[in-house]
Amino acid sequence: MLVVTAQGYGRQGYAMGTDDRLSLVLFSGTDDKLQAAAVLTVGAAAMARPVDVFLQYWALDAFRADRILKDHGVSPEAGPEGERAMRDQGKTHWSELFRQAKDLGQVRIQACADSMEMFHITTDDLDPLVDGIWGVASFFMEADGPVTFI
Amino acid sequence: MSETITKTLDLKGLSCPLPIAKTAQAIRDLQPGELIESLATDPGAVPDFNAWCTSTGNVLVEQTEDAGVFRFVIKKQ
Repeated sequence: MLVVTAQGYGRQGYAMGTDDRLSLVLFSGTDDKLQAAAVLTVGAAAMARPVDVFLQYWALDAFRADRILKDHGVSPEAGPEGERAMRDQGKTHWSELFRQAKDLGQVRIQACADSMEMFHITTDDLDPLVDGIWGVASFFMEADGPVTFI
Repeated sequence: MSETITKTLDLKGLSCPLPIAKTAQAIRDLQPGELIESLATDPGAVPDFNAWCTSTGNVLVEQTEDAGVFRFVIKKQ
């Protein structure tokens, strides 16, 4: 249902007229990028900003229930020194940060239907952090502001 | 300070954004007007607690630093 507000079209179920939604597309499945995305998500949730996280490709693979806590490596630009620096920092695991973000605020984590098909998986294969499956059109219906691609 | 602090959070050693996230989580259990005290060592906590209070409407009533520990006293909106 669409509701006309002073600032345009709002969505039912969220505060009308708020345009401060954070829309993240997670493509990369390495621990460094997932960590950075999780930090942004917790921060936005603490600031009372709604967050939509759309999982594609290798990020979706990292959210599989049986491998979410496994080592997903780091981006090539990290190098051995960068990887050591990141691991030594001993940060809370990204999956735990996403869990806290969901507890704090309006955070939805959705799997890309096309990537699900690519991996031949169903929602049963995914960690319970994932709320459901969206197509690209459903994602863009929600994300009417800027989209951040990680 | 004459007012009583309802809850104290020891967030020392936690890095950004956990001090803010844990404070946001804990303040939900408080009544409006009650005070929460957060102790953090993350240097980002200083700008972050100010930004978080400005954005959420909670009031940062006290901010001090002692030997690398930042102390924030926040009144729930």
